[in-house]
Amino acid sequence: MAESYSVLYSNPSGSAEARALAEPACLRDLHLDRVLARMTEGREEYGLAPVFFAPLSDPSEVQYRQDVSRDLERAEVHQAVEAFAAGMRRMRAHLRQVEKLHYVRQKQRWFVDAVDVYCAAVRSLAEDLKPLQVSSHGLRRFHQYLVDHTASETFAALARETDEVKRGLSDVRYTVHIKGRRVTVDRYDGEPDLSEQIEGTFARFKQAAADDYLVRLADSPEMNHVEARILDLVTQLYPTAFAKLNQFCAGHRSFVDRVIAAFDREVQFYLGYLELVARLRSAGLSFCYPEISSSSREIFVEDAFDLALADKLAMDGAPVVTNDVRLEGDERILVITGPNQGGKTTFARMVGQLHYLASLGLPVPGTSARLFLPDRVFTHFEREEDLATLRGKLEDELVRIREILDQTTRNSVVIMNESFASTTASDALLLGSEIITRLTKLGALCVYVTFVDELATLNEHTVSMVATVLPEDPTVRTFKVLRRPADGLAYAAAIADKYGLGYESLRRRLTR
Amino acid sequence: MNVFLLYRDRDPDLEGEALPHNAEALTQDLGLTNLFDAMAAGDPFLFEVARKTMLASLLDPEAIRYRQDVLADCLANPAVVRRLYAIAVEGVQAQRKIWLFSLKSSSPDSILRQSQQLLRLLVEVLAALRAVADEHASAFRSEGFVRLFDMLARELDDDYLRTVRYELDELEFRRGVLMSAELGRGNKGTRYVLRRTPELRWTDRFARRNRRSLSFEIADRDESGSQALTDLRARGINLVANALGQSADHVRSFFAMLRAQLAFYVGCLNLHERLTGKGEPVAFPTAEAPPSLALSAGGLYDPGLSLRLETRVVGNDLAADGKTLVMVTGANQGGKSTFLRSLGIAYLMMQSGMFVAAQSLRAGICTGLFTHFKREEDEAMESGKLDEELRRMSALADAIRPRSVLLCNESFASTNEREASEIARQVIRAFREAGVRIVFVTHLFDLARSVHRDSDGAALFLRAERREGGRRTFRILPGDPMPTSHGEDSYRRVFGAHAHPMPEAAPT
Repeated sequence: MAESYSVLYSNPSGSAEARALAEPACLRDLHLDRVLARMTEGREEYGLAPVFFAPLSDPSEVQYRQDVSRDLERAEVHQAVEAFAAGMRRMRAHLRQVEKLHYVRQKQRWFVDAVDVYCAAVRSLAEDLKPLQVSSHGLRRFHQYLVDHTASETFAALARETDEVKRGLSDVRYTVHIKGRRVTVDRYDGEPDLSEQIEGTFARFKQAAADDYLVRLADSPEMNHVEARILDLVTQLYPTAFAKLNQFCAGHRSFVDRVIAAFDREVQFYLGYLELVARLRSAGLSFCYPEISSSSREIFVEDAFDLALADKLAMDGAPVVTNDVRLEGDERILVITGPNQGGKTTFARMVGQLHYLASLGLPVPGTSARLFLPDRVFTHFEREEDLATLRGKLEDELVRIREILDQTTRNSVVIMNESFASTTASDALLLGSEIITRLTKLGALCVYVTFVDELATLNEHTVSMVATVLPEDPTVRTFKVLRRPADGLAYAAAIADKYGLGYESLRRRLTR
Repeated sequence: MNVFLLYRDRDPDLEGEALPHNAEALTQDLGLTNLFDAMAAGDPFLFEVARKTMLASLLDPEAIRYRQDVLADCLANPAVVRRLYAIAVEGVQAQRKIWLFSLKSSSPDSILRQSQQLLRLLVEVLAALRAVADEHASAFRSEGFVRLFDMLARELDDDYLRTVRYELDELEFRRGVLMSAELGRGNKGTRYVLRRTPELRWTDRFARRNRRSLSFEIADRDESGSQALTDLRARGINLVANALGQSADHVRSFFAMLRAQLAFYVGCLNLHERLTGKGEPVAFPTAEAPPSLALSAGGLYDPGLSLRLETRVVGNDLAADGKTLVMVTGANQGGKSTFLRSLGIAYLMMQSGMFVAAQSLRAGICTGLFTHFKREEDEAMESGKLDEELRRMSALADAIRPRSVLLCNESFASTNEREASEIARQVIRAFREAGVRIVFVTHLFDLARSVHRDSDGAALFLRAERREGGRRTFRILPGDPMPTSHGEDSYRRVFGAHAHPMPEAAPT
């Protein structure tokens, strides 16, 4: 099994990751680059971007990941794996230190520590997972591997010897006496602590925590030659402990198992994303595992949201508005209208994100979901004018849309955001009708954000959705995008009890 | 060692107690800077202490009485209190004689040496403090001072001072430094702890170890070696230097605490001398615990105004026990704002344990004092003014609590009378129902009349007195709101004709 195991792929040989070379074009428009950045923050060493760039095309592979992810969402499982990963990171830091140092007795000690950390991490993970009864195929296989590995004599001997060496060294206690240029080293013999005595004398004046006068003495891992000479004398005071250290280092050169190392990297893909999920859940948002189909277009998601935006809002402590998506029967194209800054783009982005994240085998924003597994997700978002091209802006947009339509199949998801927003309404209607008609013929799933009401009722495959405002105060956007006819309301400024000083509202405020 | 002169059971945070959010508005609206200046008598430190202490109101009548007692002792022994203050200042400033640069950037060795020097000085200041306590303790009666003097006699006795001097000598390290260590990361020595070098035994051990060659000497020309040795010694000394530096800080912060608390009372002494010097009355007020709605004063005046004038100022009597709304109307420049300020200042002085600027005052403690004053400097930007006023009132509503007192000075005057009155009626009603006590100075007749008409007995109406011929007395007396006929008068004077009478506005 060691040859063919991966926690990301049930069949690693033809893994999508191996094929994914570059970032898919839709990532930036959908703000999924921000999601990637957040989930890999502090995980740069694992090189996880290629996994994120490679959506899955096989529903059974999606299932494999969803199962692993479900297991990892269990707090105990999560904790166990996080602890293991932290151990592996410490081990690598220790080994880097071994390379940097000069004095042999120092290198040796860092090496022992690295092995010690590794043994503990591996053993804990095997132990911790035992009572947890993980149910995913991916984690069950790995746990079995760990159990077998830690039971082997090689591993047991490694762990035992590490302990012996460490215990010997930690018992060492010595004194250094400095007078003039002479240094004398001896075993420590219970001489009283001078700073405790000083503290005791002045304790009666102590009011609060005082300033810290501890000088941060540069504490590089290296020793100077005086420290090294002292260590030599300490070696003479405690010869046995240091002899054991020598033997240990000679006996164990490379000690990290290859399958364990691969797991350590790949599992971070889940952990990074789940960390983001947990953060947003604690802000009151929901995630769910979507039911995935590669045939049915009857999708729905309840209480979904733009993941990148929600992450930012949650950090600022601001509330996040959720929205539902639903397509039934022959419905294929969601046409979104409504006021500026009303949440139209966010909604479109959200639909794209949902499909992309689902095809990575990850849980998606929402309380429940059924999603389509697309072959590609395409986006067309309005761009800042590109001065390099000689074409006009409108033509430039059309060229990009053409490129997208050429690649779009009936299995694609296409997100068109405010295309033609800077043209006249009649142009936008004309061009929009054309594009939507083409997309309809292709049979792709589409979100089309526009300011042209008529596009919402273009054909029987379009669904009209509107970014809504408060009925009693149309200046207030709700960011709720609802299925309803486009109405092109004029959003007149309404005078509200703006400062909350009317009798009723003030009374409410004061009785809070 | 605690000072406990401001609170019975704690010392305040030296950085200052948390001030109310509206401290700046209070300072500006009530003109408190004059008062702080008089308390400071030119000393910026006294100014800050006066400011922070006065703005951080006490809410407990016992706590107020505790300070009143301490202050009474100060008023009876001003010279001793000023002497104690001078000693505290000396303790705080002793380090100026020693530290020419920040200790933070020093080596453990120089931290140790300088802290040692500083502590030698501080010990002598402590001795001086105890001497004053020994001599004058018997003249003080208040719980605060009696406790403080007892503590000084107990904690700073001769034995203790002797021990401190001995231990400071020991840190000369005449027998070298001895430190213990363990093996840390990468087998480097760690957890260096300076140990007391045994006086006799050491020489024996030294000789024995020398025989076994567990010692070595750094060669004279080995410069990096001597540096390494200095560094190592620094590691050993680090903890002790830290302990000593902190000890010096602790002693110094004791003086700082003593100074900061005495500073408040020295400020009170300064103000007291200024006011009584020109014959103004002062009195210790009676502060009643919530939910008391007492509010009675005799001869209440604005001390800030009095300090600016050569002569004494007009005081007012007030009988507003049980009233939740006091509405003050009447002539412009008639002393309404001054009256409002004198009341606000009286609350702050009472609730910081001071005497008040009045012949007498008995009042329920307010949980928060708020001001909403017309701001003169905003007049330039006419359009945003009502916005600004509403925003301030709204911010205030966020912070206000039941049993707070709200002082309004011509609120909402930036819009027309009908609109302003309507807003004010709603605000007043909501605040009163929420248990906020309001003193509202206004020239809005529409407002005053409608409030008066619906009056429930818990409202008191006052008017700035205007004698025959329009002469102002600056007295605020009970009186119902009157239509402002001054405009009519002016009209007649200027145009020589009657204005068309306004139809009675239907109250909303």
